[in-house]
Amino acid sequence: MNQTIQIALIPLLPLAGFVLLSFFGKKYFGKNSGLIGTAFLLASFILSLFTAYKYFSASVDGHYSSAIALKYTWLVFSDKLSIDMGLYLDSISMMMIVVVTLVSLMVHIYSLGYMKGEERFSAYYANLGLFTFSMLGLVLSSNIFQIYFFWELVGVSSYLLIGFYYDKPSAVAASKKAFIVTRFADLGFLIGILILSYSAGSLDFNTMIHNLTSPESSELKTAVSTTFLSVSAVTWGGLLVFMGGAGKSAMFPLHIWLPDAMEGPTPVSALIHAATMVVAGVYLVARLFPIFSLTTPIVLEVVSWVGAVSAIIAAIIACTQTDIKRVLAYSTMSQIGFMMFALGVSKYGGEAGLGFTASMFHLFTHALFKALLFLGAGAVIHYVHSNEIKDMGGLRKSMPITHITFLIACLAIAGFPFLAGFFSKEEILLAAYHNSPAIYWIALFTSALTAFYMFRLYFSIFWNKEHTTHEKHHGEGPFVMMLPLIILAVGAIFAGYIPFGKYVSADGAPLASHFKISFSILPVALGLSGIAIAWIMYKKQNGLSDKVAASFNGFYKTAYNKFYIDEIYLFITKKIIFNLIGKPAAWFDKNIVDGIMNFTGNTTEWVSEKIKIVQSGKVQQYAIYFLVAAVVIAAAFIYILK
Amino acid sequence: MSDLLIIMKQELMVIVIIFFLLFVKLGKGMKNETLLPLIQILLLLQFIAGFFFNQTGQLFGDMFYTNGLIAFEKAILSFGVYLISLLSSDWLKQSKHMPEYFMLMLAALLGMDLLISSGNLLMFYLALELATIPIAAMANFDLEKKQSSEGAMKFILSAAFSSGILLFGISLIYGITGTISFAALSHQAVNSTLLILAFVFFFTAFGFKMSIVPFHLWTADVYQGSPIATTSFLSVISKGSVAFIFITILYKVFGQSETVWYWMLVVLSVATMLIGNLFALRQQNIKRFLAFSSIAQVGFILVAISGGYVVATSAVVYFILIYIFSNLAVFGVAEVITNATGRETINDYKGLYRTNPFLSWIMALAMFSLAGIPPTAGFFGKLMLLTAGSNSGNFWFILIAGLNMVISLYYYLIVVRAIFMDKNENPIAPIKISVMAKYGMILCAAGIILVGLIGKIYEYIQSLI
Repeated sequence: MNQTIQIALIPLLPLAGFVLLSFFGKKYFGKNSGLIGTAFLLASFILSLFTAYKYFSASVDGHYSSAIALKYTWLVFSDKLSIDMGLYLDSISMMMIVVVTLVSLMVHIYSLGYMKGEERFSAYYANLGLFTFSMLGLVLSSNIFQIYFFWELVGVSSYLLIGFYYDKPSAVAASKKAFIVTRFADLGFLIGILILSYSAGSLDFNTMIHNLTSPESSELKTAVSTTFLSVSAVTWGGLLVFMGGAGKSAMFPLHIWLPDAMEGPTPVSALIHAATMVVAGVYLVARLFPIFSLTTPIVLEVVSWVGAVSAIIAAIIACTQTDIKRVLAYSTMSQIGFMMFALGVSKYGGEAGLGFTASMFHLFTHALFKALLFLGAGAVIHYVHSNEIKDMGGLRKSMPITHITFLIACLAIAGFPFLAGFFSKEEILLAAYHNSPAIYWIALFTSALTAFYMFRLYFSIFWNKEHTTHEKHHGEGPFVMMLPLIILAVGAIFAGYIPFGKYVSADGAPLASHFKISFSILPVALGLSGIAIAWIMYKKQNGLSDKVAASFNGFYKTAYNKFYIDEIYLFITKKIIFNLIGKPAAWFDKNIVDGIMNFTGNTTEWVSEKIKIVQSGKVQQYAIYFLVAAVVIAAAFIYILK
Repeated sequence: MSDLLIIMKQELMVIVIIFFLLFVKLGKGMKNETLLPLIQILLLLQFIAGFFFNQTGQLFGDMFYTNGLIAFEKAILSFGVYLISLLSSDWLKQSKHMPEYFMLMLAALLGMDLLISSGNLLMFYLALELATIPIAAMANFDLEKKQSSEGAMKFILSAAFSSGILLFGISLIYGITGTISFAALSHQAVNSTLLILAFVFFFTAFGFKMSIVPFHLWTADVYQGSPIATTSFLSVISKGSVAFIFITILYKVFGQSETVWYWMLVVLSVATMLIGNLFALRQQNIKRFLAFSSIAQVGFILVAISGGYVVATSAVVYFILIYIFSNLAVFGVAEVITNATGRETINDYKGLYRTNPFLSWIMALAMFSLAGIPPTAGFFGKLMLLTAGSNSGNFWFILIAGLNMVISLYYYLIVVRAIFMDKNENPIAPIKISVMAKYGMILCAAGIILVGLIGKIYEYIQSLI
């Protein structure tokens, strides 16, 4: 098969699935819609694996070059400036197509069971196809304009997916919020694109990067010397583009849509909010990394601090949430913060470029275990029909597969040694350690918190109280729901052993693995203590059932332990972390950040209420306003000009 | 003589159709069912004629001039009229006075064609009147509705008022400069106090016709009262034609005084976008909603106009082409619904998707296009407007325009949400759509998707300038 066609088919197959299902799905395929959508995606996944394999096995001295497989010129502005549509092949786009198709395929398979019997089953699969197509188009973009185009398409299709349960008002509100908040960020993105492309004289990634990084290029000199508010044009461009990325990737303070977006069906969250759409911002920064790193280090500084602040704030808030999906949402935000600051602390090329590789590595492993967490959470929600942690507990016996896979994912995200998350997180920490000690300590604390809140979730769902109410319930889910969990769990265990630096690095040159036991001792110890605290606090219920159990085991001993250890933990966590940090953080989030958004909306309403008097419906008045306006304008101009 | 036939071919064809209709009416008459397709074929021919034998030339001294770009602009307007004749076919067929309605509409179209081609102030004034007065009659065409007469009355009064001020402005210009020819005026800078006053008075006519704030007050009442066919004609075709001539006049006639009008454009553009958006937010009636949202759209057009002749022309022509498809699609759907049920508030549209999926998808597509969301053509239109505007380097202005685009997104989404997501106890029953209307909507949808994606269209427009 011709290589170009083969690569083009990767995004086009899901699109074909979308077209087929949206036009004929309900009428002709009915319940088979799911299988058809899945079949298209399976083909797409196999093709991307094949393409990636071919790409990564064709290196020249370990270097990977980039190539444009297909180029269609859409619009020519001038000889140099044109908008193209193309397929861009390099190590990160190859990695991304595998991640996107893999997770999407898992979600397709999983949804066969999860969404079974939904009224709009075929529409759901059609939307999944559209989303996957947009996401693949985004990662394969060869042109910054094309990336924007698909960026928006991803937004629209995620709007459709989050709002899928349109009977639920909260789902509708959430999808609107997600759409509008990200649109604000996208406005910045668009202006950033215009500035960058104007400065570089090109929209094409390769030319743009070349023109804005090579010291002898005349475009670079102009772009650096042109300033606005004493900041250079290219820095403005970079900042605004990053604003777009921060909006999509739910970075502080543009993150407020993410938790609400959890109203969508859970498999959708696994697809959109774990592995694909939310990492688009990280991908964007990685895509333009040479410009950020070589020309505008200030932007990179901003990227790293936004990432670090998001990481820690989200982790603290995650400790206080009681809705299982919200915990996962904040955890996603926190992990994306890791990826962001890893990029931020990285340099271009060589050993110092470790952050770039680490960030991409973490993106890859995170996609696997976070998708697994969401899908596992979906199985639990499916089983207990609730999102609240208090309605769960003791599920390990009734849901053995979910329990084991969820545990693996929790260990992976907590950075438990030798699982996927361990390797990528260690690399991030190492990169931060060498380049920015302050961020390193924040990251270290955050990763301890990560271990704590993940295991809080794990123990509350699968241990804690012994459950009885669900005994007569159906099983933990059909095979189609368990299969993705198992596949992803295998990934979450073994993905860390991929020599990632060999394949992905900022400048294309291979990077040796940096694994050092001595460096890992502190993070692992902190992670384990996080798990231990969660274990003590949440493994058993601290209520009536405990007291009954305690009376058999010796009341004094238990009381003693509780008094001296439990209480201290409780004091530290509940009083200090929850009340002193967590609650204010949540309050700030809810009232200030959200409030500013609401305030904007309310002010708009208020103003329009006040000015409606002018629109009275009386034609004589209209004529007077008309004349007054004409005279005022004339007077103003005569005054100004004379 | 042969020059006349070729240079004025589009206008002459419109005149022929008008006379044809007059004879039909005076003679035995024809059934609407047979007459309507005939008119549509004639309109289509007139539209196609705009692409052949185009040449640059002028007639009657300097009264009338044309070139490839002007012929294309006229073709866009003709295509809009053709689309309206399709989308409103149900309403037109029911009407007892269909030939008259077309005569009025075509007379207004003729006025607009002459307006775009006008070469001096006299021609400009006459054409503007010809493009305005028939619309008042068209607004009054729901003969049994009081609101319709009220709208027409308001329109004619406001138009007369605006026309008076315009004439005052023109007289002053003539008095000061001693010429009415655009070519002669182009050497004259607007520098004296009196000339600034004259220019501003002249400018208000554009403000009135394009509904630029603060000359927009008539818009909502007239839009609401008129039959939807008239409303759509007013909001799309009429505005488009005035926008075309506006660019020419600003740059070709008053080009030397760019400092005078540049900031006027910026201020009025910001006001227009803001007021349009703020009022659109609170409208319940779909026609009023569209009135204000189209005011906001004019604000965006002004952004592009401020950017320089070449970029402004290409961006505005391209945008108007897209706007015709998008806005007419919305009006088409509203027309079908109002015609079948008499309901025209956004609340009535709740749950429309359950009963009328076809109409819902067309509406959603058009709303997305109006809001400027990729991959619809509306996005590319807006992008070109903003890029054209940024040509002058006034980035604060572009930022404000961009923010307004986000605000406008909100209210367009409200409609989409009502249609797709809100529940309704009593949704609009399934409506049977006539073949013609359906065909018109599909044409619009195709335009909304394809005009953006086919880059050649924009390049063609650029090649004309």
